[in-house]
Amino acid sequence: MTVTVGTSTSTAARAVGVTKVYGSGEAAVTALDGVSVDIERGRFTAIMGPSGSGKSTLMHCLAGLDDVDSGEVFVGDARVTGLRDKGLTDLRRTKVGFVFQQFNLLPTLTAEENILLPLAIGGRKVDRAWFDTVVDTVGLRDRLGHRPTQLSGGQQQRVACARALVGRPDVVFADEPTGNLDSRSGAEVLGFLQRSAQEFGQTVVMVTHDANAASYADRVVFLADGRIVRELVEPTAEAVLDTMKHLDGGVA
Amino acid sequence: MFRATLKSLMARKLRLLLSGLSVVLGVMFVSGSFVLTDTLDRSFDSLFSSVYTGVDAQVTTKPKVQGGDGDPESSAAALPASVLETVRGVDGVRAVVGDVVGPARAIGKNGKVLTTSGAPRLGDAWAEDLSGQRVLREGRAPEGDREVVLGGFLAKSGGFAVGDEVAVLTAAPKQTYEVVGVFGYQGGRDSLGGEMSISFSPATAHRVLLGGPDTYTSVTVQAADGVPQDVVRDRVAAAIGADYQVKTGTELAKAQTDSIGEGLKFFNYILLGFAGIALFVGAFIIFNTFSIIVAQRTKELALMRAMGASRRQMMVSVVLEALVIGVVASVVGLGAGVGVGALLARLFATFGGGSLQLASIGLPAAAVVSSFAVGILVTMAASVFPAVRASRIAPVAAMREAATPDRPLTKPTVAGAALSATGGTLLGIGLANGVLWMVFSGILVAFLGVALLTPLISKPVVAVIGGLLSWSTPGTLGRRNSARNPRRTAITAAALMVGIALITGVSIVLTSATASITKVADSQISADLIISGEEGATFEPAVLDRVRSTPGVESAFGFYSDYAAVDGDRMHLQAVTDFPAMQRLFGLRATAGSFADVTGRTVAMAEETAKAKNLGVGSTVTVQLAKGEQQTYSVAVIYAKNGVMDGVQLSAAAAADFSSAELTDAFAKVAAGTPVADVQHRVEPLFADNPEVSVQDRSAFVRQQAAQLDTVLLMVQILLALAILIAVLGVVNTLALSVVERTRELGMLRAIGMRRAQVMRMIIVESVVISVFGALLGLLVGSGLGVATVRALRDQGITELGFPWARMGTYLAVAAVIGVVAAILPAIRAARLNVLNAISYE
Repeated sequence: MTVTVGTSTSTAARAVGVTKVYGSGEAAVTALDGVSVDIERGRFTAIMGPSGSGKSTLMHCLAGLDDVDSGEVFVGDARVTGLRDKGLTDLRRTKVGFVFQQFNLLPTLTAEENILLPLAIGGRKVDRAWFDTVVDTVGLRDRLGHRPTQLSGGQQQRVACARALVGRPDVVFADEPTGNLDSRSGAEVLGFLQRSAQEFGQTVVMVTHDANAASYADRVVFLADGRIVRELVEPTAEAVLDTMKHLDGGVA
Repeated sequence: MFRATLKSLMARKLRLLLSGLSVVLGVMFVSGSFVLTDTLDRSFDSLFSSVYTGVDAQVTTKPKVQGGDGDPESSAAALPASVLETVRGVDGVRAVVGDVVGPARAIGKNGKVLTTSGAPRLGDAWAEDLSGQRVLREGRAPEGDREVVLGGFLAKSGGFAVGDEVAVLTAAPKQTYEVVGVFGYQGGRDSLGGEMSISFSPATAHRVLLGGPDTYTSVTVQAADGVPQDVVRDRVAAAIGADYQVKTGTELAKAQTDSIGEGLKFFNYILLGFAGIALFVGAFIIFNTFSIIVAQRTKELALMRAMGASRRQMMVSVVLEALVIGVVASVVGLGAGVGVGALLARLFATFGGGSLQLASIGLPAAAVVSSFAVGILVTMAASVFPAVRASRIAPVAAMREAATPDRPLTKPTVAGAALSATGGTLLGIGLANGVLWMVFSGILVAFLGVALLTPLISKPVVAVIGGLLSWSTPGTLGRRNSARNPRRTAITAAALMVGIALITGVSIVLTSATASITKVADSQISADLIISGEEGATFEPAVLDRVRSTPGVESAFGFYSDYAAVDGDRMHLQAVTDFPAMQRLFGLRATAGSFADVTGRTVAMAEETAKAKNLGVGSTVTVQLAKGEQQTYSVAVIYAKNGVMDGVQLSAAAAADFSSAELTDAFAKVAAGTPVADVQHRVEPLFADNPEVSVQDRSAFVRQQAAQLDTVLLMVQILLALAILIAVLGVVNTLALSVVERTRELGMLRAIGMRRAQVMRMIIVESVVISVFGALLGLLVGSGLGVATVRALRDQGITELGFPWARMGTYLAVAAVIGVVAAILPAIRAARLNVLNAISYE
């Protein structure tokens, strides 16, 4: 059975009947089993689930980082499935932004250069006003000239967030963005992601296993065994935790 | 521990391959040169023993001028026929043959003299062959004074067949003969060792090779059965007296083999020298690889420490890894070296030595021992520092984020400065006193010093080079990557520096030599035409008179050259036909006495020579020429030596006692207002019979001299290309390791929209920056070496300093190309990374 959730008319990204199998034969593992999901534009969506539930795989497929075995993926109005390397590169340049658990900043560049790197690589012009807005929102104005090694983990992750936002992508994908941060820094980053959805209408998709982190989202999608099993809108941390406990208890 | 080491090696096959390859190439060169010289040595050994088959003893006159190492035939005077008769009567002598041998050069069908590559071109008398080696293949023996029989090799190279005409240059003027036969040797060989031989009838051979009947070059003796060679030698020696020397066939073969062996040994030293350079560069690569590996494995090594491994074990594990690489690389290098040696020997036999019969390829013990010693030692030595560093990793590093903090550069900089200074001093002292080992070790130490200094220099220089290449974002990123780890960049670049520095140094010395030759020719030789022969070709004195009387020639002179003993010292001297003309045409300045006074028993002497012998005008010296008795000469004039004249000169009368009564060089001045080319056209026909003698104007003469230096440069460049190739492997290695190290970063860059082409461009820029940096260093250090050497050689006649700018520019451009080539594989690898895997790469 497939549970399809989200019926908003305006979707920033969409998965339709996506199946993904790793390995083959005896060792085959079905990571995604016919998942269909719509990511609503301008909202902050969290994908949750126990380890091995396929939440990261779903995000990778949505972002065009991984290919799907069947089904289709769209970002904005572009069909991602079937794109070759060049098309995928173009997609990454214009339509998606990433925030990684490991920050992944270039140590040779300053904070400002790191933020502007996607634009520099794509040869796009910098919208200075937007850059200023983003920088002020993440509170890095006085850190722009610093190298990543001179920044704390929280600051590095905020640089990474700014980097993801500066190109105004259709979707920002964040993969466990608070996984390597202490709770205070994590809260700052989550708050920033929340505000970027609320104030700038930026679509954000976050994979997390932390109920508290998920509670910052407008909507939480739960995965188990490669299928979407539940959805919460405007969740509280308690509600998320509750749902998770329920999932850990096993879903028939 | 050993198993852990082996496993870690196997897990990094590519790394093993790349770092091992640099050692393999070096070892290959080492064993290859041993195999080559060993094979050639044995080939010549068997050649000379077959040449002297059937020769039990040989009688020659004692050379008057001792100490020469040239071939005995040219310097020894002829034997009278009476000696032949005396020897024939000695007890125990079965057969005696009077040899008539002399230089004989055939002129090919294109009018050019046929050349060998070093083997002699000989004429002899067609007579009984005691060795029984010679086989008449076609035709018949020569008779009368117009017939010859050609050796098979000469017949083949010149395309001569029985019935053809052949023009031959001997001591007599050029003459044309009819080919009546072709001979070869036992076993179907065309020649014994690539020589070209012509056999005349006995009477003709006496006339054209020795200048008259009843004299012989040597007397070959065959002993009666059961009489040993040394017994016959001693009996013959006793019978003929002290003016002659007798050697056994075995001694002669050994002397010839030894003399070739000396040459081969020198050749071997040169090859080993280049092998040493290659290994030196290889050591840089190994060092760099191990440093990078240790840095990348910090966490793993720290974990082992945390689990209780001792410092010693950490060190041993790294050195052990080096040992394994060293052993494997030595084995492979040794094997490859045998192949290369065999190949080179074959090339040598085909192109270098005519039809030299190659001995079987052997594996001399020296090759095995040196290959293993050198391969293993170099690898282990290069791994010592990284091993020490591995042992110093604190266990706590296992828990930390793998950060490699910038270690301060103070220590290497201080050590580098000290080493550079030591190397420079050694080099300076070595050059000043002509001590070769000091020069070489000075250069090596200086290279190490500069290599240690490079991390410090790299920051500003790399920024500048990179600035030129970073017009795009990938370019900027590539430049920053190359500045990221100054040590790694520096060592990689330093490896390239070594080869380029040596090439640049040699190139500067040769350019300076060319400039000096030009300067000497322009400022000292005021002769317009220079007449000289290649490969010791000479011409009749009578031709000089005809040159002098050619319309448009204002004055001309020539000289004879030979070795002589002056006050017991062997030296090369000249007999000059016209001293005042020489003074004018060579711009010589007499400091005492007058050139007009050099006649009969007087000599001209350069000031330095006179000073060394403590002589003045009027002092006497003894001179022993190739023929005749020792004579006393007095010094008539002392002159300041210049670039063209030095040493001692005798009057033309003395040339009668030179080994050759023909001129070696002549110089003519053209009358004012007459075009040089016109006179050249009138002079050239005078030498039509002697194609090896050329008439050149001054610029052609300079060009010819410079062309010889260009050949030297080409050889050096080819040999040093190996060192550069190894350095390129180093660049590939460093880049490949960097790509692995930065996998996650590359994944991120791709994830935020970097194209594959951009990734490749980024890696290529990094590579080009490193290579160009290395080339710049090499040009700089090489210039230093070159200038120092040129300064030191000032007394040897290199007075000018010239920089080969165009060539240096080419080296720089080549380095940039090398950078691009070296980046190809790592760049492809980086571009092909799976984005998802790369991002999650630990």
